Amino acid sequence: MAAANSKNKIKRSVGDQIVQVLIYVFVGLFAVSTVLPFLYVVAGSFATERELTQRAFFVIPHEFSLNAYRYIINDGAIFRGLKNSLFVTIVGTLVNMAFTTTFAYPLSRKYLKGRNFFMNMVIVTMLFSGGMIPGYLLISNLGMLDSYSALIIPGAISVFNMVIVKNFFQEIPAELEEAAKIDGCSDIGIFFKIILPLSKPVLASISLFYAVGHWNDYFSAMLYIRDPNKEVVQIALRRIVLLAGGANPDGSPIDFGDLGAPPEKAVKMAATVVSTVPILVVYPFVQKYFTQGVMVGAVKG
Amino acid sequence: MAKNAQPATIGKKGSLWKQIYQQRGLYLLLLPGLIYLIVFKYFPMFGVIIAFQNFSPFLGFFKSPWVGFEQFRLFFAGNDFWVLMRNTLGISLLNLLFYFPAPIILALFLNEIKCSWYKRFAQTLVYIPHFISFVIVASLSYTLFNVNDGIIHEILQAITGKSIDILSKPKYFWGLIVGQSIWKECGYGTIVFLAALSGVDVQLYEAAKVDGAGRWRLMWHVTLPAIKSTIVIMLIMRVGSILNTGYDQIFLMRNSINVSRAEVIDTYVYMRGVSGGQYSYSTAVGLFKSIVGMIMVISADRLAKKMGESGLY
Repeated sequence: MAAANSKNKIKRSVGDQIVQVLIYVFVGLFAVSTVLPFLYVVAGSFATERELTQRAFFVIPHEFSLNAYRYIINDGAIFRGLKNSLFVTIVGTLVNMAFTTTFAYPLSRKYLKGRNFFMNMVIVTMLFSGGMIPGYLLISNLGMLDSYSALIIPGAISVFNMVIVKNFFQEIPAELEEAAKIDGCSDIGIFFKIILPLSKPVLASISLFYAVGHWNDYFSAMLYIRDPNKEVVQIALRRIVLLAGGANPDGSPIDFGDLGAPPEKAVKMAATVVSTVPILVVYPFVQKYFTQGVMVGAVKG
Repeated sequence: MAKNAQPATIGKKGSLWKQIYQQRGLYLLLLPGLIYLIVFKYFPMFGVIIAFQNFSPFLGFFKSPWVGFEQFRLFFAGNDFWVLMRNTLGISLLNLLFYFPAPIILALFLNEIKCSWYKRFAQTLVYIPHFISFVIVASLSYTLFNVNDGIIHEILQAITGKSIDILSKPKYFWGLIVGQSIWKECGYGTIVFLAALSGVDVQLYEAAKVDGAGRWRLMWHVTLPAIKSTIVIMLIMRVGSILNTGYDQIFLMRNSINVSRAEVIDTYVYMRGVSGGQYSYSTAVGLFKSIVGMIMVISADRLAKKMGESGLY
């Protein structure tokens, strides 16, 4: 498209050029608006409380302070949350990948007896669900309340991701499978030795989808985890950032625990920074896998 | 590609049982996922029978008394129903109107940008908010909009001369939710459209230009048709989830002051069921939601197929 455009550049009218400039400006402004709040929060987390109250907005603090970080290190809740979330994310993603790939592979084989039946079973779950309460009662009856398994097992397969993986497996040339079969390889052997190694890109994308989902999950933890020692980072963060002023958003008084006082502005910002950093540090390295995963999904619907 | 060629060793020979036996490895791989689906997806589906009971955890599924459609009658006859429908549909329709087209527009704009480093830079930035949690979105919103020292609050105050409490005033709640969604997901939502656009033949643009088409006509006659089927599929999914407003976001933004506009079906089910222990009533509310959702997806899919699109499944 770029080539096509350069040929016609001279012909462009003034009005058209103004539109072009406006598009650049609009896209640029939107892009900046997505990171500006983060820059402010990072700057604020290193600022003194006085500066935060006096200056409305800044990207470089006048006075540099690490007090907020000292506070959250002493408090420990955010770091405990980070540790717990890291565990849930790693184990959860492994469980997701094991269930998703083993389920997707047989469904990707067109000759599998009963394939339509199994596919219909999957489609039904996309159309209808029992809802929150039967799910909650099931988890509670299985004794999974207050256990990380409640954050990991109930979402073991995302049907959407499973279909992406299945479609990718389907694209792998059948000759490879045939050749392996002639050499006496079993279906399970083919899956592990041929299919999985050939699917690394899509597996990377999907495991990142799952990992981000686990890391950012707030609702499941709110629903299933009560034990403060098992608190994940999103819950800890919410407690620190949103519950100041002595009351929960629903008006009930809150328990500040051993700390006694409501956390202050810089502390809230520091907590936000500490819980966002793991994602933002990893993001530049994995960005291409995210786009790639969405594209694999998009091409085959 | 010999996609449809079946491996020679598994042709149509032997009885059904023999073929199943030959595929035993595949069934073994299928088993964990199948058990998962049955336990965590199908059990809860049958669990909705408690919507027709007066369920008590002590009596269990089998001994709780049956009450027929009483829970549904209570729900539809009560005042809550209209408030919930107004809020849920209000947020959903605003999302459909503003949040749905936003990534399409942004993708069209990105597509117009020919300077490749600028485009890549913008893309990298606009994807970022997708990867952060709603807890962080909520805390950024509090930081920026609060009436004490929120920077956006101060800017708005300077412009309008009034203090606008976006975080608590019920009338701003829907706008706040839709705005957050656009900020968070608009950029990432462009990927799927940009992927469809990258497949457009450059010659189509050239031919149209030779015929004298300007920027808008190119967009209308070449670019939009290229992403039409992607738009339709996305629209079906949106329409199908018309009663899903998402849990995290609304839970985090609702408070005792804006609750009159913030209570949606999902939050209501949680408050009544998990917090309030009214299991049967809230299951009935959830079942109502599931059924409406199912009808919406199926009808949207039918409609899309009638319009000549490929549909969802």
